[in-house]
Amino acid sequence: MPEVKIRKFVTAIEDIFHERGPVAIKPRKRGWCLAVIENPFAGKYVEDILSFMDDLKPLGMDMAQRLIAAFGVPADVIDGYGKGSIVGENGELEHAALWHAPGGYSMRGHLKDSLAIVPSTKKVGGPGTRLDIPVTHKTASYVRSHFDAVEVGINDAPRANEMLVALVMTVGPRIHSRSGGMEVSAIKTRDGQK
Amino acid sequence: MTKAKIRKIIVTVDEVLTEQGQPVSPPTRRAAAVAVIENPFAGRYVADLTELIDIGEELGDLLGRRAVAALGVEPSQIESYGKAALVGENGEIEHAAAILHPKFGKPLRAAVENGAALVPSSKKRGGMGTALDVPLGYKDAAFVRSHFDGMEVRVQDAPRADEILVAVVVTDSGRPSPRVGGLQKHEIIGEDGLR
Repeated sequence: MPEVKIRKFVTAIEDIFHERGPVAIKPRKRGWCLAVIENPFAGKYVEDILSFMDDLKPLGMDMAQRLIAAFGVPADVIDGYGKGSIVGENGELEHAALWHAPGGYSMRGHLKDSLAIVPSTKKVGGPGTRLDIPVTHKTASYVRSHFDAVEVGINDAPRANEMLVALVMTVGPRIHSRSGGMEVSAIKTRDGQK
Repeated sequence: MTKAKIRKIIVTVDEVLTEQGQPVSPPTRRAAAVAVIENPFAGRYVADLTELIDIGEELGDLLGRRAVAALGVEPSQIESYGKAALVGENGEIEHAAAILHPKFGKPLRAAVENGAALVPSSKKRGGMGTALDVPLGYKDAAFVRSHFDGMEVRVQDAPRADEILVAVVVTDSGRPSPRVGGLQKHEIIGEDGLR
């Protein structure tokens, strides 16, 4: 099994007080943890890549813990999430797909009632490439107040032989959510959707 | 109530563990604290910039403390610092200068303890998502070569035309693999701001 070689972590927390509307008493929070790692399959076609997914699991757990710690709030109030990956130019899109299980289950393992599928996106790109990571409510994907996206990226990553893996978590609805639809209070089926 | 009308604050920690295959131990760490504020003078020429100067004093304290807290170290353990401002399109570059230069430094230096050296700075005008490179220098002696660096900060939805993005970066370390000589941190006297 290839070892996961980590070049750097970038962890960020955003406190949003308003977006030209009433100032919130408690800011909405969005946070992301990014890891830049070596792509063990860069520069060649490798048929069997699946075992790297297991190799990535400890990294996923570490990133989820880093992110929750950075928020500085009880993990229970974190109620939105998303994930994504950017593969450097010597890799292929399929390598980004290896983040699905390690990224998703690391967050679901730490967040109570996280029944919803973790929304995700992926691309191949150079250093500084930006990725818009979709965000949904952790318990029910159809909760409209929590649909969002967080743009992430690092100016010096991913290099050609690297990949960038990302976790996003959020606290609370969009700052001035008022577009109707399903609210958190209406969650009932516990099927991860409604 | 703050003097600055703050829309949001983003605090980022950048931690390097490996550089060109060489382990970086302990990892180098840089923290950026960025505030997006309303520009009270957007869209008009105002001669007296006192309001922004006072906002600068407030943000030097707020962002300095937030950045240090993100690294989880004592203020005395901060090694380098820098500051910068990005003015939205309806403002002028002088607005960045008003925030950064008259009163910003004193509370920032208090947040990192000491800080005999000039706080390196940059400024520009731009639209949402513009990248801002914050220059970095050793806090007690500007000539320490291992700590000359820069950190790019960028907020995807800021600054709007009538906003200003204000950034502080602090580190508890220099570059990941410094090897270009010059003044070393253990050689400084730390009194004149230079050496």
